[in-house]
Amino acid sequence: MSDSPSASFLPEHPPVTDWVNDFDHTDPTWTENPFPIWEELRAASPVVHTERFLGCYMPTTYQAVKEIAYDTEHFSSRRVIVRDVRPDITARAPPITSDPPEHKPAKQLLLPPFTPDAMKKLEPRVRAICNELIDKFIADGQCDAAARYTKHIPVRAIAHMLGIPEKDGDLFIKWIHQILELGIKDDNELMSGVREMTGYFVSHLEQRKHQPGDDLISQLMLAKGPDGQPLSDEHVLGSLRLLLIAGIDTTWSAIGSSLWHLARTPADRERLIAEPALIPTAIEEFLRAYSPVTMAREVMKETTISGCPVKSGNMVLLSFPAANRDPAMFPDADKVVIDRKENRHAAFGLGIHRCVGSNLARMEMTVAVEEWLKRIPDFRLDPTGKVTWSEGTVRGPRQLPVLFGRTA
Amino acid sequence: MSKLKIRVDQDKCQGHARCKSLAPELFELDDYGNAHEIGDGTVPDGLEDKAWLAQTNCPEIAIEVTEE
Repeated sequence: MSDSPSASFLPEHPPVTDWVNDFDHTDPTWTENPFPIWEELRAASPVVHTERFLGCYMPTTYQAVKEIAYDTEHFSSRRVIVRDVRPDITARAPPITSDPPEHKPAKQLLLPPFTPDAMKKLEPRVRAICNELIDKFIADGQCDAAARYTKHIPVRAIAHMLGIPEKDGDLFIKWIHQILELGIKDDNELMSGVREMTGYFVSHLEQRKHQPGDDLISQLMLAKGPDGQPLSDEHVLGSLRLLLIAGIDTTWSAIGSSLWHLARTPADRERLIAEPALIPTAIEEFLRAYSPVTMAREVMKETTISGCPVKSGNMVLLSFPAANRDPAMFPDADKVVIDRKENRHAAFGLGIHRCVGSNLARMEMTVAVEEWLKRIPDFRLDPTGKVTWSEGTVRGPRQLPVLFGRTA
Repeated sequence: MSKLKIRVDQDKCQGHARCKSLAPELFELDDYGNAHEIGDGTVPDGLEDKAWLAQTNCPEIAIEVTEE
C-alpha cells in the first residue's frame, strides 16, 4: 500500500503509548480509528495537552470546542494547521486565516457566491459530473469509489465555479496532498505545493486582466475591499488558495465517508432508496458522525477553557469531529441515526469562521449520494481490498474498494 | 391555542442555513446567506413543528421561539 497516505507517517514521531498526555493526530492508530481515542481523552479532561507539535492542546467536548471557536480574543486563526514547525507566516488565505477586525470584510466578499440559491444553479453540473464518473466504471461491477468517484466531484465543481479547466483537477489534488498531509511534517513539500498553486493562479489572474469572465476569479478581481479599492492580487490569490484547499479534499472525504457507511449498512441504504426525501437529513448525520475537518487555533493569551488553564505559545487542535461525538451533546453519539431529528453538529465550525462553502459541500454530498444510489443501489466493501484513511487535518477514505450487486 | 413566534438573532446567526433548509416557509436568507424570519415571525397554524425543528438544528442557537 505504498501509495496510501498513511504510509507517509514518518518515523520521527514515536508511536503514542499515552494518549491523554502525549496525543498525536498523525499517529497511524488515530488515522485508522480515532473514535475510541477521543472517548478516552474526553473521559480524562475537557482539554488535553501534548508536547508534540511544539505544544498543542485539544478540546475534547462539544462545550470546550465551542468556547474556543467563539473566543477570537485568546485564540487566533493565523495558523490553521497543527504542524511540527511554526515558520513565519507568509501565505495567508483570508478569511480562514484572518482574525477580527480583518475577518468580516474578507468573508463578506466570499459569501454571496456560496448561498444556497447560488448552489442550486451549480447543481445540474454536479449531477452531470457524478453521472459522467459513474459511466466510466459501472460496467466493471466494482471500483475504488474514492479514487474513481468521490475524489473528482468537488475538484470539478470548484473548477467549474472558478472558471478553470476541470481537467486540471489532478494538479489540485497533488497540491492539496502536499499542503494538508505531507506539509504537516515537511516544510519543503508545503512550500512547493503553495508555490506551484500560486503560480497557477497568477497566470489565470493575468488572463482575466485582459479578458474578464463571469466566473468566481473574475468576480473576486472586480470586488472592492472595505476601503473601496479593488482587492490586491495577494488577497485574491490567498482567497483562491483557500477555496481550492478547503473545497476539495474536505468534501471528497465527506462523500467518501458517506459511501463507506452505506456500503457497510444495507438497512440505511435500502431506507434512503425507499425514502429519497430523507437523504438531506442523513447527510447531516454523516456530517456529524464522520466530520472530515479538524481546524486549529494558536493561543495568543492565557485563559481558561471549561475550567482548564490554557497557555499562550501553544497550538490548539480544534476537533469539530470529536465535538460531534460528545454524548453530552448528542444522544447515542456513537450511533449513526440517519433520521436524527435534533442535530446541532459543528462539522462546518461554529462562530465567525463557519465554513463559507457549507452550502456547496451539502449540495455536492446530497447529489453524489443520490446519483450513486440511483445507479448503484446495492454495493458492499470489497473483502479482498483495503480501505485507507487520510492522515491529519482532514479525515476521509482515500481507498474505498467496493463491489456492486447484492452478494458475491 | 397560543401562537408561536420566531426570531433570528442577527448577532448569533452565521449563515449555516439549516433553518431555511428545514422550514423554508418560515425563514429567508439575505444576499450573504444569513437567515431572517419571514414577516413578523408569526408561525402560521400547522407549521409549529417546523419552527421547533429549525430551532433545534441551529448550530449557533440563534433562533428564538416564543409562545404568544
